[in-house]
Amino acid sequence: MIEGILIGLNTALSLKNILMVAMGCFFGTIIGMLPGLGPMTAIALMIPITWGFDPATGLILMAGVYYGAVFGGSTSSILINAPGVPGTVATSFDGYPMAQQGKAGKALAIAAYSSFAGGTLAAIFLLFAAPSLSKVSLAFRSPDYFALMVLGLTAVSAFSSKGQFLKAMMMVVLGLMLASVGQDTLSDIPRFVFNNMNLSDGISFVLVVMATFAMSEALTIILKGTDPSRASKAISLTQLGSIKLDKDETKKMLKTIPRSSVLGFLIGVLPGAGATIASFLAYGMERNYVNDEEKQKFGKGSVHGLSAPETANNAACSGAFVPLLTLGIPGSGTTAVMLGALLGFGIQPGPRLYMTNPEIFWSVIMSMYIGMVILLILNLPLIPYIARILAVPRTFLIPMILFFSVTGIYLMSFNTFDIFLMIGIAVVATGLRLYKFPMPPLILAFVLGGLMEENLRRSLLISDGSFSFLWDRPLTAIILAFTILIVSWQGYSSIKRS
Amino acid sequence: MKISSVKIISLLFFVLSAFYLYTAYQIQVFSFDENAPFNAKTFPIYLGFVGMFLSGLKIILPEKIKEEVDHTVLDYKKVIFLVIIMIFYGLTILRAGFFLSTSFFLLFAYYFLGERRWKLMLIFSFPFVALFVFLLHGILDIYLRDPFLKLLGIIG
Repeated sequence: MIEGILIGLNTALSLKNILMVAMGCFFGTIIGMLPGLGPMTAIALMIPITWGFDPATGLILMAGVYYGAVFGGSTSSILINAPGVPGTVATSFDGYPMAQQGKAGKALAIAAYSSFAGGTLAAIFLLFAAPSLSKVSLAFRSPDYFALMVLGLTAVSAFSSKGQFLKAMMMVVLGLMLASVGQDTLSDIPRFVFNNMNLSDGISFVLVVMATFAMSEALTIILKGTDPSRASKAISLTQLGSIKLDKDETKKMLKTIPRSSVLGFLIGVLPGAGATIASFLAYGMERNYVNDEEKQKFGKGSVHGLSAPETANNAACSGAFVPLLTLGIPGSGTTAVMLGALLGFGIQPGPRLYMTNPEIFWSVIMSMYIGMVILLILNLPLIPYIARILAVPRTFLIPMILFFSVTGIYLMSFNTFDIFLMIGIAVVATGLRLYKFPMPPLILAFVLGGLMEENLRRSLLISDGSFSFLWDRPLTAIILAFTILIVSWQGYSSIKRS
Repeated sequence: MKISSVKIISLLFFVLSAFYLYTAYQIQVFSFDENAPFNAKTFPIYLGFVGMFLSGLKIILPEKIKEEVDHTVLDYKKVIFLVIIMIFYGLTILRAGFFLSTSFFLLFAYYFLGERRWKLMLIFSFPFVALFVFLLHGILDIYLRDPFLKLLGIIG
């Protein structure tokens, strides 16, 4: 492991990679601050840029964007009560009241220190968990992988949006359908190409991500008439006040951070759960832990109430890398985008990544620490200035997002068919978004589609066409039992609600 | 009885799944693969059935909360304009070249979204795209087909 850490440090500490982390954190913070545009849009817009880099640098850049976006989301939550990303909604419960009491600087500092501590502790957990889990996951066979993917897709559907399980599952099927377009990987037989040569290679992953996130989010903003730059204008006008914390506040944070980190990391590892659930659970857990006097302060500017969700959401971001790096199965929409980018580099994440590409494995883990430091020392004091840069009116912001989306796709294939296909998918996605059909399950399914079919093929061929492979191995059966549990729970909740 | 929009979308999804299933059955597999436990059409066939099942459930099950969207507050006009100029952008990018088509796309997009500060609009269209082309072509060495810049002798 020491050798791995040194390899990771060597790669992550190169000037180019430090610059990439810094750039990623900065860009991510900007996008994260804009309500309506989340980390997935930020990462999607980054993908065409990463093609020119080596895989480690590309992934480091995307990881920086991810953390930056979560941090940016916290900033708008605290200062103007407009969470940029769902994972920071719980931050506004106590962050915004604190800012209203004239302690905006303190609230930002608490959020930044908590994020830093949560992210760092989780990165340490990842450092130990990932190699061990990699070794364990070597024992995984095709049926287990297939079952794990089914579990991941079901869990993402269950957790991505409350009460929308069926809609999310429909999006999963749509994602898998889109992934099946093009030549069959084994027999090269064309499927769903309708004699169109442009479809014979399948639909590009970047195209689908850009269309369903960057482009569709931009169109939704226009459709609903929202102005994301209003948030940044308000932030740039906010008086921050002191960012120094007193002894009592530090003491409170020190109590909250360890437990919220552990909870956040564990939730992040679970497929589908992610930062949003982690932050809400941490907030709830913290409320139960504190004494009655502190409990009264929750919702009115409590240090515990602000520190807990901030620690947990960053820890969950690190935790989400565990299934991606060790099993090659992303647990969230954001890590699914990263998986797609890695596949684009010709790298198959999974248990063997640890051995075949140690520099990628370790440098991503190491860059997380660097990212946290950058967020703390660079972004915190620069927030009002970043917000000022960001106060770009939507009349300029939206065309720029559309331009980067279209250009990103055009520069990849130099094929105008891809542009038209992307516009078509974006229009459909915008319509679906209006009626709360979640997009992350679609992306996850699109990324996992090929792998899922491959593992199902192997499993069925081994078992001679019998579905007994689903219960032959205890591990497969256990994973499927969890899936059934999630589906039953969703069904039960639905009946209970009605 | 008014059918909700979500049910209509589900119905469309049901039709899409049925069409997908029909197309999956039409996939021509090799004759030796026809009776194999798994061939190129197996997974799509499963998907078609699952899609029909899920959308069927969504259509049949009662809705607890009607999720209707107030269409009167939605700005369809601007979105349609943006989509049209994006299509136009796609149509002209090869013929007019990257520089001209992108610059005009940005200019029209700013205008349709309500921007009227011409100075800024011009700065963030032609010079901005020129800088972008320089970055791509001059620094990153990415070839851009551009008849207009070729005519001017800027790119080869």
